[in-house]
Amino acid sequence: MAPVLAIRDLDIRFRTGAGELHAVKRVSFAIEKGETLAIVGESGSGKSQTMLAALGLLAANGGVTGSAKLNGIELVGASQSALDELRGRKVAMIFQEPMTSLDPLYTIGAQLVKVLRRHKPISRVAAREEAAALLDRVRIPDAAARLDSYPHEMSGGQRQRVMIAMALAHGPDLLVADEPTTALDVTIQAEILELLGALQRELGMAIAFITHDLGLVRRFAKRVIVMRGGEIVEHGAVADIFSMPKHDYTKALLDAEPAGRKAPVAADAPIVLTADDIRVEYEILRGMFGRRTLMVKAVDGVSIALRAGETLGLVGESGSGKSTLARSIVRLAPATGLVRFEDRALLPLSKSEIRPIRKTLQMVFQDPYGSLSPRMSVGEIVSEGLRVHEPGLTASQRDARAASALEEVRLDPEMRRRFPHEFSGGQRQRIAIARAIVLRPKLVILDEPTSALDRTIQKAIVELLRDLQARHGLAYLFVSHDLATVRAMADRIAVMKDGKIVEEGETESLLANPRADYTRRLLAAAFTGKVERVKGIEPSS
Amino acid sequence: MSTAGNSLWADAARRLRRNRAATASLAMLILLALACVFGPMLVGNAYDRVYPDYVRVPPSLQAQPTADLIAPAVERIASRLRARATDISRDGDTLKIVLEAPRAIDERSLAFFERSDLFAAARVMSREDDGKRLTVEVPLERNYFFFGTDGNGRDLLARTLIAGRVSLAIGLLATFVAISIGVVYGAVAGFAGGRIDALMMRAVDVLYSLPFIFFVIMLVVFFGRNFVLMFIAVGAVEWLDMARIVRGQTLSLKRREFVAAAETLGVSATGILTRHIVPNTLGPVVVYTTLLVPKVILLESFLSFLGLGVQEPMTSWGVLIADGARNIQGNTHLLVFPAIFLTTTLFCLNFLGDGLRDALDPRDR
Repeated sequence: MAPVLAIRDLDIRFRTGAGELHAVKRVSFAIEKGETLAIVGESGSGKSQTMLAALGLLAANGGVTGSAKLNGIELVGASQSALDELRGRKVAMIFQEPMTSLDPLYTIGAQLVKVLRRHKPISRVAAREEAAALLDRVRIPDAAARLDSYPHEMSGGQRQRVMIAMALAHGPDLLVADEPTTALDVTIQAEILELLGALQRELGMAIAFITHDLGLVRRFAKRVIVMRGGEIVEHGAVADIFSMPKHDYTKALLDAEPAGRKAPVAADAPIVLTADDIRVEYEILRGMFGRRTLMVKAVDGVSIALRAGETLGLVGESGSGKSTLARSIVRLAPATGLVRFEDRALLPLSKSEIRPIRKTLQMVFQDPYGSLSPRMSVGEIVSEGLRVHEPGLTASQRDARAASALEEVRLDPEMRRRFPHEFSGGQRQRIAIARAIVLRPKLVILDEPTSALDRTIQKAIVELLRDLQARHGLAYLFVSHDLATVRAMADRIAVMKDGKIVEEGETESLLANPRADYTRRLLAAAFTGKVERVKGIEPSS
Repeated sequence: MSTAGNSLWADAARRLRRNRAATASLAMLILLALACVFGPMLVGNAYDRVYPDYVRVPPSLQAQPTADLIAPAVERIASRLRARATDISRDGDTLKIVLEAPRAIDERSLAFFERSDLFAAARVMSREDDGKRLTVEVPLERNYFFFGTDGNGRDLLARTLIAGRVSLAIGLLATFVAISIGVVYGAVAGFAGGRIDALMMRAVDVLYSLPFIFFVIMLVVFFGRNFVLMFIAVGAVEWLDMARIVRGQTLSLKRREFVAAAETLGVSATGILTRHIVPNTLGPVVVYTTLLVPKVILLESFLSFLGLGVQEPMTSWGVLIADGARNIQGNTHLLVFPAIFLTTTLFCLNFLGDGLRDALDPRDR
């Protein structure tokens, strides 16, 4: 049987300011009818570009050679109109960002109707009925009524379902799913994958599943391609690759889950931080003149305590208030309650009173691209805190301290004269860590420091953080939605949901015997790939 | 990658150099500016020197006076001497003129030759018939008017270049004034937020609602016409746009994580503004500047056109163009040359602005 999509010797080059970038190097593979092929790789491996090129969706500065045949029809070099005829009808695509893939100005129904009528001569009314049926198919409850919703009225998971419905509108032979669950919470991730699997069985379409997450691959695909630097390094059945990976890179990827555990702290270590009954409330103005107000409780009476050298993992899904809690401790969010850091209550202090305390209370942010000022050199960024807290230092002393801090995070100190955009995400996060530790803090708040990074880099950052902690006796408040990372980092875990802590305990015992229902669901979603470690959950077939 | 860092500015400069239209425009602007600054010293004619005999001379690459100007000029002077020029012969840069008169010619009145812009002092070669027939030798004064002269007999080239100084100076200085006020005001308002922001921006709205021309006329009525007034008038109006742009930028920048990071480091508000916010607003500011300079030059031209701008004999491109527009029927050159200078400048600035916007846009990174 002829494959749905046959790619042969596909080669992609981008013309950039710095010369030509060879993004994909003579890649060949095929997707059979009705199968799921996973394409795995880290950012920059060319996994998305390969599929985009096959569908004629490359950026304007990209050039393709080679061949990509959909049902025997050549796509490379095909005219726009020929591609338009195929896209949406024979092949459809869903993207990572369900927030931005839908037009915010139109209702879900209008967008679905437009897609349906694009390739099918049906009336508006008939299209609307079909749209409702599609929403029903992707299991959106009360589908007919939701047709009149706008994208912002739906949750991330629901939006992704709508995207899937759109992709399915014409019963495509091939569905290209480009990281369809990466932007979603783990429990929702699981639901979406389940839906895709069920739809595939119903409709018999092939799925090209692009992801960086090997855990998902194991659950979802039969065959896998591992890509790196624009080349396919390994290709085979999922079971084979997981049980006996041949290529070193595949082994590194499989092994990339943060491993090891943190050494426990002494029981008599002094308490550095106590937070008691913390509440953060936001007022949302409603009505035409904002007269009606709605109080949103982002953090609702949370208490935590942290010893010197200890790591508390703060776990929860988006909207659970974990980041808000972390930010309220460094006073980036307005909170009520009692925050005591080294015997000083922080919340009543004025801006200038709290300034000296900030030296020992540092924070590392999630987005390594957004947290470094783009017009400052790395040296200036790292030494900025010294400018504030040790004004006695000369410029050259500051520079020397910055260099040694960079060395501590294992970056070449010579790099301090460069600018943030010249670094990769992992290097930038190291710079952000250097900026925090240059002040020799006692407590560092880590707000999802590894979430924006590739798995292999996550692992290195986790090891670096543990190493710094051991060396300087730092206490960490580690905010994350990723249980695997938290397990490798934390002494204790607090699980947050809707602004409250639902469960708290020692890492090992909490992961082994979750008491709260929510924790159990979270664990199930996070560790299905490695089921053997979590009790009570059956591996999916 | 070398160890020396590539700042975003260096990157932008590299991209700008690859943009041929922008680079050519930049070179052209530099050339124009140099011409306007140093040109007037090299032209030879002062911008305010009046040549009464060269009124509305058409542009020419040849030295003045040209052959067809000489005979009528000699006739005119001869008639003042109550004589007739019976023979004019030219030998290089000197004329030999035979003057005949019914009565003896007073040699002192030969000074009329020197007073003319065309000739130097006349020398008597021979006297005949008791002074009724004089042969005089008159050297020609060589003058070049490449752009011709205006209605008052002033060299248009010198005037165009001097006007360029004024227009470019107003363009740059008023823009500088507008940008400095606008950036500081906008950044402070945006960063302070809340009530202070609302108050500061309402003040901007009030200033916006002043009709510009009435505002300028009012200033002129109170203070008289004055070069400095131009800066104040233009600067006082143009910083409003800048303030709004920078405020908008600041509002989005202050939500960025690097500002939160600076806050957790304990950096003071001034530190955050000067090190984190203002440098990051400069991209759009630079682009807006290249668009503001031509706008200001046009504004100045407009005011000068209305007669509210610089005072004679000082001039600007706007004044020259206004003058040219009045003489468009007989003497097109009065309009054409200053207009070429002005439009070239505006075109170049716009191309440069486009180039800068592309160079500073980080999208293709």
